[in-house]
Amino acid sequence: MSDIPGDLYYTRTHEWVRPEEDGTFTVGITHHAQELLGDLVFVELPEVGAEMGAGDDCAVVESVKAASDVYCPVAGEVVAVNEALADEPEIINRDAFGDGWIFRLRPEDRGSVEDLLGPEAYAELIAEEEH
Amino acid sequence: MNLKQTPLHDAHVAAGAKMVDFGGWHMPIHYGSQIEEHHAVRQDAGMFDVSHMTVVDLRGPRVAEFLRYLLANNVDRLQETGKALYTCMLNEAGGVIDDLIVYHMHGNWYRMVVNSATREKDLAWIREHAAPFGVEVEEGSELAMLAVQGPKARARVHEVLQLDEGVRDMAPFFAREVGDMFIARTGYTGEDGYELIVPADEIAELWRKLLDAGVRPCGLGARDTLRLEAGMNLYGADMDESVTPLESGLAWTVAWEPETRDFIGRAALEKQKAAGVTRKLVGLVLEERGVLRNHLKVFVDGLEAGEITSGSFSPSLGRAIAFARVGSEAGEHCTVEVRGKQLPARIVRPPFVRNGKPCV
Repeated sequence: MSDIPGDLYYTRTHEWVRPEEDGTFTVGITHHAQELLGDLVFVELPEVGAEMGAGDDCAVVESVKAASDVYCPVAGEVVAVNEALADEPEIINRDAFGDGWIFRLRPEDRGSVEDLLGPEAYAELIAEEEH
Repeated sequence: MNLKQTPLHDAHVAAGAKMVDFGGWHMPIHYGSQIEEHHAVRQDAGMFDVSHMTVVDLRGPRVAEFLRYLLANNVDRLQETGKALYTCMLNEAGGVIDDLIVYHMHGNWYRMVVNSATREKDLAWIREHAAPFGVEVEEGSELAMLAVQGPKARARVHEVLQLDEGVRDMAPFFAREVGDMFIARTGYTGEDGYELIVPADEIAELWRKLLDAGVRPCGLGARDTLRLEAGMNLYGADMDESVTPLESGLAWTVAWEPETRDFIGRAALEKQKAAGVTRKLVGLVLEERGVLRNHLKVFVDGLEAGEITSGSFSPSLGRAIAFARVGSEAGEHCTVEVRGKQLPARIVRPPFVRNGKPCV
């Protein structure tokens, strides 16, 4: 299913994680999540340098009718945020897994990503939620 | 699924609508992008299924007398055939039971279009008060309603329907009957356009013809951002039975003259006016990025002064806008508490957008 890239990890709260070669993790929300939200009009980005715990709410994505928290998937320090989203939050709607990335994290423990869901488990989660 | 469906339900699904439960009706919230639909109405032509709304026909020799008593605006302003006005219907305390448009069709026939959510309440109230006047109250049934709105909307309708010059040249806030279709030059978007009422079994074809002519299906999400930008109130959010028109930005809809015209709620409004109205409905524009939402608290000079009644994002302005009910003394600036932070906002007089352009 092209809506759930095979090389990413996923959370139960619809974030995705991509481990990068330099040891950081890139984080965004999934295509499924942006579809549920509709047109995004505002993204509140985390602060660069902020220390996050796993599960901390670290960003907010807002559509016209609802605000949704984005949760930090694993513990770590925010090292970069996607400034382009400040002017064009709709990038997330267009390209949730690519240009719509939200922030980059230096994880406390690279291995912690193995606690997250793989693509098949995420696909099952979505299927369950739709019933 | 026990939600009510309009006669256009299948057409919505075919057009890719995201359907939601809207007050017990299965309705389209958007067809892919509510922001694109909003822009389509401001720049071109869009159409909204509003068949869930309630059509009430009133007939009888004393119908005008009845409506002069029932409604806060004065139907005697409707001297020409088909002329319409916007009004509130009040209770004895001056609280708003509903807002509606009333059309004087001809002779002793007036048509009102009232909100969907207030249907039962409104009909019971109208019937109760119509009885002493001998006025017949009939709810439209087997009808469907489509709002076609935007600078190109009327042109598209003219392409698709055979209409006489007299109908095509109709002024805003007028309506006509054309065969079994009721066509009114009214709307809820701030743009020009028509609201069309037809028998239910004719709506699917009308939809298809307009679609083929390039009119874009638009959902309730866009309807809400459009009406807010246009400075139009939403019943249930911006006013309800606990507030009067004077506290809801609707003083202009109350016809005080002639002084001899009694209407339900008049005494309460006069008392409120004499004592000084303590609250007002204002427009807000958020200075920075963000979204304003219903019920967020508004602060003036650091003190809590009211709350947002309708909050949203304005696609035409690219900023968050809202209506808020605040103390009458509030000036030009306030802050809104959003997720624990005080965000600065400008207090403005609606509308926010006029003729498709920002005006605040």
